Amino acid sequence: MSTVHTDIVTPAGKVYEGDVHMVCVRATSGEMGVLPHHIPIVAPLEIALVHLKHEDENHIDYAAVHGGFIQVSRDKITILSEAAEMKDQIDVKRAEKARDDAQAQLATLHATSEGYAEALRKLKRSELRLSTAAIDGSVPEA
Amino acid sequence: MPSMRDIKEKIASTKKMSKITKAMQMVAAAKLNRAQESAQHYSAYADKLREVVASIASGLPKGNNSKHPMLASRPVKKTAYLVLTENRGLAGAYDSNVLKYTQNLIAEKHQSRSEYTVIVTGKIGLHFFEKRNYPVAFSKTDVQDEINFDDAVGFAKQVISLFDNKEVDELHLIYNHFINAISQTVVDKQLLPLTDLSDKPVKKANYIYEPDEDEVLQSLLPLYAEGQIYGALLDAKAAEQAARMTAMRSASDNANDIIDHLSLSYNRARQAAITQEITEIVGGAAALE
Repeated sequence: MSTVHTDIVTPAGKVYEGDVHMVCVRATSGEMGVLPHHIPIVAPLEIALVHLKHEDENHIDYAAVHGGFIQVSRDKITILSEAAEMKDQIDVKRAEKARDDAQAQLATLHATSEGYAEALRKLKRSELRLSTAAIDGSVPEA
Repeated sequence: MPSMRDIKEKIASTKKMSKITKAMQMVAAAKLNRAQESAQHYSAYADKLREVVASIASGLPKGNNSKHPMLASRPVKKTAYLVLTENRGLAGAYDSNVLKYTQNLIAEKHQSRSEYTVIVTGKIGLHFFEKRNYPVAFSKTDVQDEINFDDAVGFAKQVISLFDNKEVDELHLIYNHFINAISQTVVDKQLLPLTDLSDKPVKKANYIYEPDEDEVLQSLLPLYAEGQIYGALLDAKAAEQAARMTAMRSASDNANDIIDHLSLSYNRARQAAITQEITEIVGGAAALE
């Protein structure tokens, strides 16, 4: 099985760097799985979980990626995002607080009012963080 | 001639002052390290982003302005200048370099107040422009030493929305660029519309854009523009700490010079007093004989 070099880059530095066998992302146009030797492609991403599957099939890394985009070139994959964390870097307490804040904010706002979209995005981000942190590291039985 | 006590007091106060400036120099040096580090982290991201944006932009047909509003030059009725200064002063010519440059630029390019507007960060810059009655669109005076990305992006969005809403047709960024610990230069770059993208030669790669180029640009360009502002804030912060460090170092050096000088005159005064006393005793003894 071949691998491809993958980076996850944010303004705060590189979050992940390594050789993986398959990268699964959710682009705005739908789910995408990228294997080595993929044709060069650029696609914007949703706020969603990214799976980084290693050669050893039981070894999967998870990253919470908050938007941004994926760039696949001949010999490497780069995920660029304003914010991204690996599963073990997530601060669960902070995410829980952010979720509660966002929910409280949403309750007072109307769908058309200013700041609604912002609060909704905040909620999405914190929920993604929590669900990513909650993933069980073991691979589910196929 | 000042008395010995006056000189002694002066030496003590100068010593205290030099302690403070020395401490400030060390604080600035530590902060400079941190600022440089975050600027470095950021540059990896910025380079990548630029590469992708440039490779898309270079694929666009020349002179086609309709693709995305951020790429399209429109007739310039109003120009916005985003000027980055700092809050505290005590950084040598850091602020005055930027402010003087901006003042000259505006005087040169514009006849009336309606042709430009100023967006400013930092109290020093804000006071400067308000005192001289420049039109200030808005300002930000709570930039921390460690710049928070979300905070910076919030500000960047506010700035870019001026351009999006067609309130301004051009956005310039003026700030001190960090070269190394002892030198900074003022840079003035046009942020919007994005024109400098296709100038640089880029590696040709035929990417597929999913779903299509327009969609990708739509989400990429705001990211890019915000990133540029965040990068400039980081750069300016590093330059500020470097400027403060240099300013404080020369202040400490000057204080030491003054202390040396004062000690010399103190010793002279002391010797003069002793000599006088001896002369008086000798004179008194001679009178008794």
